[in-house]
Amino acid sequence: MERDSVKDQADSYVTNDGRTIGPTVMEMKNITLRFGGVEAIKDISFDIREGEIRAIIGPNGAGKSSMLNVISGFYVPQEGEVWYKGAKRPPMKPYQVAQQGIARTFQNIALFEGMSVLDNVMTGRLTQMKTGMLAQSFWKGAAEREEIENREIAEKVIDFLEIQAIRKTPVARLPYGLKKRVELARALAAEPTILLLDEPMAGMNVEEKEDMSRFILDVNDEFGTTIALIEHDMGVVMDLSDRVVVMDYGRKIGDGSPDEVRNNQEVIDAYLGVAHD
Amino acid sequence: MPEQLAFTIEVFLNGLMAGVLYALVALGFVLIYKASGIFNYAQGVMALFAALTLVGIMEGQVPFGHLINAILGTEVHHFGWHIPAFLAIVLTMVVMIVLAYCVQRFVFRYLVGQEPIILFMATIGLAYFLEGVGDLMWGSEIKTLDVGLPQGINVWIDEFTYNATGYGFFIDNLDIVASIVAAVLVIGLVMFAQYTKQGRAMRAVADDHQAALSVGVSLNFIWILVWSLAGFVALVAGIMWGAKSGVQFSLSLIALKALPVLMLGGFTSIPGAIVGGLIIGVGEKLFEFAVGPMVGGATENWFAYVLALIFLVFRPQGLFGEKIIERV
Repeated sequence: MERDSVKDQADSYVTNDGRTIGPTVMEMKNITLRFGGVEAIKDISFDIREGEIRAIIGPNGAGKSSMLNVISGFYVPQEGEVWYKGAKRPPMKPYQVAQQGIARTFQNIALFEGMSVLDNVMTGRLTQMKTGMLAQSFWKGAAEREEIENREIAEKVIDFLEIQAIRKTPVARLPYGLKKRVELARALAAEPTILLLDEPMAGMNVEEKEDMSRFILDVNDEFGTTIALIEHDMGVVMDLSDRVVVMDYGRKIGDGSPDEVRNNQEVIDAYLGVAHD
Repeated sequence: MPEQLAFTIEVFLNGLMAGVLYALVALGFVLIYKASGIFNYAQGVMALFAALTLVGIMEGQVPFGHLINAILGTEVHHFGWHIPAFLAIVLTMVVMIVLAYCVQRFVFRYLVGQEPIILFMATIGLAYFLEGVGDLMWGSEIKTLDVGLPQGINVWIDEFTYNATGYGFFIDNLDIVASIVAAVLVIGLVMFAQYTKQGRAMRAVADDHQAALSVGVSLNFIWILVWSLAGFVALVAGIMWGAKSGVQFSLSLIALKALPVLMLGGFTSIPGAIVGGLIIGVGEKLFEFAVGPMVGGATENWFAYVLALIFLVFRPQGLFGEKIIERV
């Protein structure tokens, strides 16, 4: 249980497998989100550290996706603060959050179905492009250089996720598992500070899940990308993540290393059910 | 060259030229449809409005003159200046951009995520609103639009073909200009959509709103951009049609001819709008020439629509439309 003291450390530490986890990059403070009379998230606080894989788990309807949507700006919480890179974040539109370096994938996959895989990945570069549209129309000088640079990064991501073979294929033709991977590629192409994954392994078979787990670990290892992910599959989560937040009915019932969480009585009750007598 | 053949070729060429003008209107439809899924019924009226505004600005007409006079009892009609065509076109473009902003800000911002039929209804409302505002602003009399484009028979082509074949082809200079402008416009728009950041963002928005947001694209900005582009295309179409047949309210009816063009070319394809326009233009001229006399003429009124119907039955996505991929 070497990680137990993690929370008390202000700065970086090194994990068992040799990765460096930095200081806090994002902090959620007392977030409450309501839809009409329903409280989807009740007063939840947690932090995400630089370079770690942070999981949010919980049974169906626990508010995990809502939490991710708060981070990515799709929902605006009624109460609480989001702190990002040491500053309080004002209420933002999703596209502004994306421009700040927070990329995400969706539970139900939101890809540009009519475009090729390469074009999809290139849209991930949109936030990084600077040159004006007039220059780009004529494709000269700076614009050309920029296009080539962006293309190189896109190709690197495509290589990394092993989807070279389908680069030119329209996304609509791809099977589900590959679509998930393309969506990850698009998010990764933005070179995000934080990568949010909403159930990256939902609906996959065992082999696909193993592939995806490997990619997530590799991304984190290779690029040092901070990852926050939601997942149902307890086994996968425990293998992947450095720290885990557990939610149930909108409340936070556990937070800590996988081992800590696994042995938390409240978490066990939430997952296995408990006799009320 | 036999007279009959030469005449057929001339009809063919004139059909091409007419088709270019249809294509110009159809282009505006395609732009908005591609980026927002809205079928913009107001595109024809936008062309009319742009042409009216252009004439009004060039001639220094006081906007809302009749209204002002009726309310204040004054007698103002003209500022008394004439603005050169180039400057007037720039000013009209500014007006079209303001219009694009207003359309997005006051209408479509509140309709995000609604059914296509509701968005379509909104554009019908917009069409009548714009027509009314155009009338109120600039008056309803027919105006001539002269931005200095060459008009009349192209003497060079006439002489050249006469010397070469013994038959002088009649091609209008204005039609030639319109073709060149349309070609430049299409190349520009395709390059914009394919190679620029904003173009890529535009295609992204057209495909999936949520995904576009997640890669950092502002929907609002893209929609204003797209309506501005459509306004620009409307302005070009308005100038060409206005120069050809005068600026009058029947101009908004050309929009209806753009419908069969779109069904042929596909609602989502910029080159499709051009090819569709050309096919309709040539088709209806040749059909009128060959079959017209046998059925009492006036086939131009219905030929395009019948052709569109046939296409709807056999190839609903049009010649260039995105293929409908279905996974079962």
